[in-house]
Amino acid sequence: MIELTIAQAHKGLQDKKFSCTELTQAYLNQIEKTDNKLNSYVTITKEQALEQAKIIDKKGIFNNPLAGIPMNLKDIICTKDVKTTACSKMLEQYVPPYDADVTIRLKKAGCVLLGKSNTDQFAMGSSTETSYFGVTKNPWDLERVAGGSSGGPAASVSANQTVFAIGTDTGGSIRQPASLCSVTGLKVTYGRVPRYGVISYASSFDTIGSITKTVEDAALVLNAIAGKSENDSTTPNEPVPDYTKFLKENLRGIKIGVAKEYFENVDKETINTIHKGIDDLKKLGAEVIDISLPLTKYAIPVYYLLVKSEASTNMARYDGIKYGHTTDNAKELLEIYMKSRTEGFGDEVKRTIMLGTYALSAGYYDAYYLKAAKVRTLMKKEYDDVFEKCDAIVAPTSPFTAFKIGEKAEDPLSMYAADKLTVPAGICGLPSLSVPAGFDSKNLPIGMQIIGNQFKEGNILHIGHAFQKATNHHTKKPSF
Amino acid sequence: MQLTKEEVKHIAQLARLAITDKEVEKFSEQLSNILSHAKMLNEVNTDNVEPIAQITGLENVTHKDEEKDCKFTDDLLAQSPQDIQNHMIKVKNVF
Repeated sequence: MIELTIAQAHKGLQDKKFSCTELTQAYLNQIEKTDNKLNSYVTITKEQALEQAKIIDKKGIFNNPLAGIPMNLKDIICTKDVKTTACSKMLEQYVPPYDADVTIRLKKAGCVLLGKSNTDQFAMGSSTETSYFGVTKNPWDLERVAGGSSGGPAASVSANQTVFAIGTDTGGSIRQPASLCSVTGLKVTYGRVPRYGVISYASSFDTIGSITKTVEDAALVLNAIAGKSENDSTTPNEPVPDYTKFLKENLRGIKIGVAKEYFENVDKETINTIHKGIDDLKKLGAEVIDISLPLTKYAIPVYYLLVKSEASTNMARYDGIKYGHTTDNAKELLEIYMKSRTEGFGDEVKRTIMLGTYALSAGYYDAYYLKAAKVRTLMKKEYDDVFEKCDAIVAPTSPFTAFKIGEKAEDPLSMYAADKLTVPAGICGLPSLSVPAGFDSKNLPIGMQIIGNQFKEGNILHIGHAFQKATNHHTKKPSF
Repeated sequence: MQLTKEEVKHIAQLARLAITDKEVEKFSEQLSNILSHAKMLNEVNTDNVEPIAQITGLENVTHKDEEKDCKFTDDLLAQSPQDIQNHMIKVKNVF
């Protein structure tokens, strides 16, 4: 039963084909059997999960589509009384005294928490190689990365170690691993899902979304987690529609934009696969038009200047005093700061803090941070104009398929380039979906990205759903 | 764009990081590469363009100005690795 989607598992629970306890136990067994190979999980909450499942079975009410559905949360999402480490030494022992808004909403819907999943340290990375607890391996090829930063959530869904997972996406951290692991990843509009209780990376970029087996499941999860929260002042009053109402099987009347800039310096096999995907969308009734987004080539520097700057200020809170790691050998206050941070942060976090501190420092602020923030304005305008002409943009998610572990770890610029097709949606606050679109000649997954205008998640879910109803890429599973 | 070792040490000090000589060398090279790459933004004309920070256009979101109880003050204080005295964290001497 571990291959079931949310919708299928929900039906099974309602029809009493199996209990929530049986379903939960099946996933726990799969985790036990496979996680020594993959390392998707950093904490497994076996006892709490079975206890929660028992309570849900006793109630026996499965009206909510998420009631009794097992899930995992990326380990930067706070869970009361369950360790939340950001996969760092700094927060290795951190047990939050409260739940994130998204945790509360999913618990309320009746989800069962199987555990916390692996991520790059503080979500900084594109491969989970910066995790303090070791890399997550790609179920399609164990010598390759699962992508990142939500590598644990993506690998766990791909390998049937959970029904679905929640990740975060700042510049591609849900979509890129979803693409590399052949699962469905949804980045929401900035502010669509509250960030309260989620450890901050770059506050004007961070979003929370799902990794699922199907687009239908992504709609079901979004129904539960979207909407304003008093705890996050960047969540607008924008109404939350029933996203499953958008899931139609034909695309008549839908206009899709294709921009040549999204196909530059991309693997040939990936380009061919996405063109095939676009042909499938045409057959479903979509009209495809050419669009141009000339600023796309500046997305990577805009992204890392702004994100690393915001991150450097967010990381200032880790001082060895309020919570987290503190050094054992300091005699005075400044020494506590210096040593606790130096001991507690990994290489990429330090590089981030250094770069951000520099870009924000007197004399360089105008040339770097401010310049990037102005180009961000121009990029947003470019997308505003394009969405006057089409409902969504279709493109590859990643310029290449899963790379070998260690291949890019020592070269930050080439690692940043892994996100070049996903950062524009982060910069402009746009929702974007990655769906499985095929495989390359090495049998490595290729993801197709569908980008929508702000708060138009319904449009991209519609397109993704129609695509999945007409194709079977998303149903293929790795044998590892 | 080449960051000197002194500049890297200065940034590390500002960022409250104690980095080794080896790291100084590594970061100086890596950060220089990244900043050189960022120089390509100068190709974009941004005259009379306002910077953007709130991407969905929200402005002046405020809460009611009223006192509220924090439900878990003590739990939060208990997170501190330092000594707690009288609901306050005791830190080491500044000098």
